[in-house]
Amino acid sequence: MIKHQKPRAFFDTFERKGPGQKNTHYCPGCGHGTAHKLIAELIDELHIQDRTIFCSPVGCSVFAYYYFDTGNIQCSHGRAPAVATGIRRTHKDSILISYQGDGDLAGIGTAEIIHAANRGENLTVFFINNAIYGMTGGQLAPTTLIGQSTLTSPGGRVQSRDGSPIGMAEIMDAIKTPVFIERVSLATPGKVMRARKVFKKALLNQVQKRGFSFVEVLSPCPVNWKLTPSRARRWMEEKLEPVFPVMNFRETEDLKINKETIPPVLKGEDLLNVFRVNKDQLHPPKAKEISDQFVKISGFGGQGVMSAGVLLANCVIAEGRNATWIPSYGPAMRGGTANASVIVSGKNIGSPLVDYPNVLIAMNLPSLNIFEEKVLPGGFIFINSSIITRKVKREDVKSIYVPASDMAKQGGMLAAANVIMLSLYMLASKVSDIQTLKKVIPLSIKKKEYIDVNLKIVDIAIEFYEKNKDAF
Amino acid sequence: MNRVEIHKEECKGCRLCVDACPKHCLIPGSGINNIGYQFIEFESERCTACGICYYVCPELGAITVHKKDKGETP
Amino acid sequence: MTKQLVKGNEAIVYGALLGGATHFFGYPITPASEIAHAAALYFPKTGREFLQAESEVAAINMIYGAAGAGGRAMTASSGPGVSLMAEGISYLAGAELPCVIVDIQRAGPGLGNIWPEQGDYNTVVKSGAHGNYQNVVFAPASAQEMCDFTYQAFEIADKYRVVVFILSDAYIGQMMEPIEIPNTPREGDRKDWALYADAESRKNLITSIFMNQQIQSDHNKKLQNKYRLIEHELLAYEEEETDEADVIFVAYGICARICYTAMEELRTLGIKIGMLRPQMLFPFPSRPIQQLAQKVKKCIVVELSDGQMAVDVKLAVNGAIPVLEYNWMGGVVPTVKEIVERVQQDMKGGAK
Repeated sequence: MIKHQKPRAFFDTFERKGPGQKNTHYCPGCGHGTAHKLIAELIDELHIQDRTIFCSPVGCSVFAYYYFDTGNIQCSHGRAPAVATGIRRTHKDSILISYQGDGDLAGIGTAEIIHAANRGENLTVFFINNAIYGMTGGQLAPTTLIGQSTLTSPGGRVQSRDGSPIGMAEIMDAIKTPVFIERVSLATPGKVMRARKVFKKALLNQVQKRGFSFVEVLSPCPVNWKLTPSRARRWMEEKLEPVFPVMNFRETEDLKINKETIPPVLKGEDLLNVFRVNKDQLHPPKAKEISDQFVKISGFGGQGVMSAGVLLANCVIAEGRNATWIPSYGPAMRGGTANASVIVSGKNIGSPLVDYPNVLIAMNLPSLNIFEEKVLPGGFIFINSSIITRKVKREDVKSIYVPASDMAKQGGMLAAANVIMLSLYMLASKVSDIQTLKKVIPLSIKKKEYIDVNLKIVDIAIEFYEKNKDAF
Repeated sequence: MNRVEIHKEECKGCRLCVDACPKHCLIPGSGINNIGYQFIEFESERCTACGICYYVCPELGAITVHKKDKGETP
Repeated sequence: MTKQLVKGNEAIVYGALLGGATHFFGYPITPASEIAHAAALYFPKTGREFLQAESEVAAINMIYGAAGAGGRAMTASSGPGVSLMAEGISYLAGAELPCVIVDIQRAGPGLGNIWPEQGDYNTVVKSGAHGNYQNVVFAPASAQEMCDFTYQAFEIADKYRVVVFILSDAYIGQMMEPIEIPNTPREGDRKDWALYADAESRKNLITSIFMNQQIQSDHNKKLQNKYRLIEHELLAYEEEETDEADVIFVAYGICARICYTAMEELRTLGIKIGMLRPQMLFPFPSRPIQQLAQKVKKCIVVELSDGQMAVDVKLAVNGAIPVLEYNWMGGVVPTVKEIVERVQQDMKGGAK
């Protein structure tokens, strides 16, 4: 009877390599074949062939898809853990193998491996460490030993220039999330058999959805080390293993498996309802015919200039006209002067930018200073006279002074001075019915406890308007 | 009987199996395969079908290990 | 359906989810971050996947994985992030994986600033990474188009197995406008080439490496044929007032919005000006521009770049009429007044 033969998880012939091919592209004595064989045997043993997706890296094992009769995806250099993350979030039951070399994982791909490990992706990573760049012909790797000669460290690796050989298993061990971390070696038959046990554990963890398993595999590269296959194994034991201790770093036995709560995938009407709004309950009056409004609302961050603009735009579109709103944004907003530009029109709006407003709502002095000169002749300037003590210099505009901050404070919410100003602008211009604003406020304000106070503040504004009609 | 089958066209002659076999059943042959490698040959009745050669072999399908069936004479 | 006031960046997410998006992988960057904010809210809420990646490099590779696994994946960024994604985009193109990428352009080069620019045109439309490939590129000019184009983008990406870009700018992204949402939610179909971690798809291979030169060459030809087919089948642009125009603007995104207002003012001043607004930049509306060049006397390309799109306009016009470039860079956006005055000046110069 056959006791050992080519695992079924390998293709019978490697057609992707060429018709009828049966041998690998690896050099004689290379460790990849052994590692491949262990993985393939375990895929058979665990009955996971159909649901395995093998993520091949850049490096000698870029061609793993020649050999593994599983789903295959070839990844860019170092990014296999990110690619696997993308697949994991598509197929929860897939078995994902990220097989990476030392240039791939310990060099260019350090960010991706660290963050995939830190997220605890349900993933098995085989990190093949042969202390050299094999595919490109033998250059310095992050794991190259001090003194080791390579094409790019011809006199040997020098610590002061090239740094030290990097211990990826140790780095993984500094991260809380991985469930299994071990370094194995392929130097002797006994160590190969130990590697098989470790590989199995690392794959089984994934089958059981336990999380992230990391296996560093010290593996020979006789050709680039310029040693015979046998001598290469001895060099591993003498030189490589003392720098990269072969040991288990972590094995989490009693791991509570977090049951994912996956929200239902909404489709059709359920999906549409997430985005639908029903403003029918507003029954807004039909908009009055007024000229296009180019409104600039300006103040300091926290005065609600942005939200006043949004409220205005919402009222206007509820009444069937067009509006655009555009903010000042970015770092300038944080603690500085903020302004919102709103255009109201019965027609299509071209430019949404308000270069020259016909309405300026100035909530603080810098706003008045910046925008006063820009207001179009015949335009309106609403001044928050609680804060702005100077008068408007322009005589070709209509200036309306409102102690908005004081009024808002009396109404119980200083931060609602914006609503005072907006209400008065609406009352004066008829850009929108004030009752529309009262209907829009409850739909727009996220913190429900603030709805009533804002509505009260609208009433305070109405009262002010009635008393001071002549000023408008 | 226990037997190691070397698929000679897949063998790259790295001799890892030769080094690894505890019973010294594997020897570098005199022949050269079509790729140009001096392939390994199996030549022993001491084989225990332990499978070590199979695991150390870096080729994916170069070695098949046969274990004697029950009742079969060694 | 009722119109609702939605920010351009948020409208992207509405369009995406109604267009069948299944995954969002991204990394925050101003002025595109609101897309990630909305995605973080709405993707999980509707049972889809959202993940903030450790970098744009990781994000684009997560997309590569999810798209390879049959998902409808997307990301959103701005110039510096799109530059980081370049390698991944080339891989996606090479492996023929569909996805949608939103670029809310800001000023560059380098870190630049967060105000609007259109300097990523070459990088996105001419495909700014290695190899011979092409992205399909939408150019929305309103919140409605941010929604609608993203909605359509996933169908196009899947149909042709290409990367589809939404090339927008900071103002279109930051602006709020009323939109109507598409009323037919879509879903992607199972793809016979993708990886589903099952027996049926086990044979599939996602790769962009072909070690035989002839096979790599054939693959390139196949891609080029696909791009020619796309040029044949897709085209999107709008013409305004071009029937009796002496001069036309060509502009996209925020520039098109500003030019629209400038056009209205110029027409009241007696200048017969129209506009052609590309809604897609690949395929580029070369033929319509070429045809207009037979009728009008001048063409003005208005861009927030060093004239990157103007090159394509000039190729289309092919010397038939003068092509003027009005370029702004660095986050400076022209006022309507500036454009109006400049056109008046240039029209004095002889295009009578």
